[in-house]
Amino acid sequence: MMDSPLDLWHRAVSSLPFEWAGYEFMRLALLAVLLISPLLGALGTVVVANRMAFFSEAVGHAAFTGIAIGVILGLADPMWSMIGFALVLTLAIAWVRRRGALSSDTAIGLVMAFTVSLGIVILSRGGDFARYTNFLIGDMLAISSRDVVWLAALGVVSAGLFLVFFNRLLLATMSPSLARSRTKHAGAAELVFACLLAVVVTCALPWIGILVINALLILPAAAARNLARNTAGFFGWSIAVALVTGIVGLIASFYASTATGATIVLAAMAVYLLTLLRRVVP
Amino acid sequence: MRGVAARRNGVTVLEDIDLHLHCGELTAVIGENGAGKTTLVKCLLGELPHTGEVHFLDAAHRRKDSPVIGYVPQHNSFDKEAPVSVLDLFAASLSARPACLGVSAPVRQAALAGLQRTSAGQLVDRKVGSLSGGELQRVLLGLALTPVPNILVLDEPMSGVDHSGREQFYGLLSKLRREYDLAVLLVSHDLATLARFADRMVFLDRRIVCEGTPSEVLHDTRVREAFSLHSLS
Repeated sequence: MMDSPLDLWHRAVSSLPFEWAGYEFMRLALLAVLLISPLLGALGTVVVANRMAFFSEAVGHAAFTGIAIGVILGLADPMWSMIGFALVLTLAIAWVRRRGALSSDTAIGLVMAFTVSLGIVILSRGGDFARYTNFLIGDMLAISSRDVVWLAALGVVSAGLFLVFFNRLLLATMSPSLARSRTKHAGAAELVFACLLAVVVTCALPWIGILVINALLILPAAAARNLARNTAGFFGWSIAVALVTGIVGLIASFYASTATGATIVLAAMAVYLLTLLRRVVP
Repeated sequence: MRGVAARRNGVTVLEDIDLHLHCGELTAVIGENGAGKTTLVKCLLGELPHTGEVHFLDAAHRRKDSPVIGYVPQHNSFDKEAPVSVLDLFAASLSARPACLGVSAPVRQAALAGLQRTSAGQLVDRKVGSLSGGELQRVLLGLALTPVPNILVLDEPMSGVDHSGREQFYGLLSKLRREYDLAVLLVSHDLATLARFADRMVFLDRRIVCEGTPSEVLHDTRVREAFSLHSLS
């Protein structure tokens, strides 16, 4: 019988002369990092360019309510309720923004405060909140083979959708009216991207953590912005920074026995600070 | 445009707009802040819901359902820090291939051809944020002319650009309008320059207050009061 791609992966990585490569959970975590990092790095370019950082932060925090809904519905795995709620939240924020009743940051701030509080109130009933604190910092090392396969599928679909809508998003970033005059469905592209971002952030949460996931979206793109002169450079640098800091952070967290998500963020922050030199010293 | 009206947050911002734009003619829309000039542009672009009719007719007066509209936005609406090159703007507009994966040789050629129409070919690889106001407007005009549109719409294209930049831009626009027989709608505050380059002028204050040749409109008492044009009397 032929080996599955996952078997081949384990065999290839375990042949590396490093202590961490001998552990199955590290090999799976590395694969997860190789799948999630470039995706977050790519999406982050549009998040940074479109000033959506507060929105993605709100979507991450809203996971509390998604989990709470899952608990109320008696779901064994709250992921579906988290994704469903993140999408409802995205549409709600888009609706409030479109009505123009509130500025974006006020609308998002209000919705975030409400969803975080609602989630915490429901989950803390009976003093049981401690069960859910692992969502705050995430646990990359607990990822299973099945989770990795799901992440791979998510990565392929998300990357496809992202590339289809990329040009429309780029024009909308520069000028919404210009985008409208040049392309069809420019407004729809932004909504599709917001929904895509909500799904990807929510799916990555259990492994990276609610508190730090937004940094993994923002930092590689922010660093790339300091280095790039054009769109291809921005995109390429962001993915490269996300990948390198993801791998370095994962391995550092193994030796330092620290939370992986937060360690990756520190590595990305170090790279971002280095790229600032490029701006200061032209 | 016939009987066009638009509301924002329950307030009527535009009403009873009957406006005919002709090929080869530059129509300037003037008005005070909040008069509905940008709303008019957004209605024409299909960006804002409105009542009334907007029809595009070709030379034989046949209705065109999806005309090509060239649009030049205000340059100060652009993010100066964005790592986007002039070529990226053209690639995102002209090609289905995502600009983040690089730009093909034919798209680069098309971009250069478009930029050369406005003497901006040398700017193709420059970062958009590094361009001066005048340079950026020539780039955006070149983009709006690729492909050559049925109607060209410019919204305050010269705000913040110096006098010589404005003269150069309007001279170029005037030449291109004749060369491509374009219908041009231009929103601007720049009355002195418009008086020389526009064929028709429309004074807007939620509705069309008066229209005619620049000389007729600029001598209208209501326009002179709105813009304090005592020097023209």
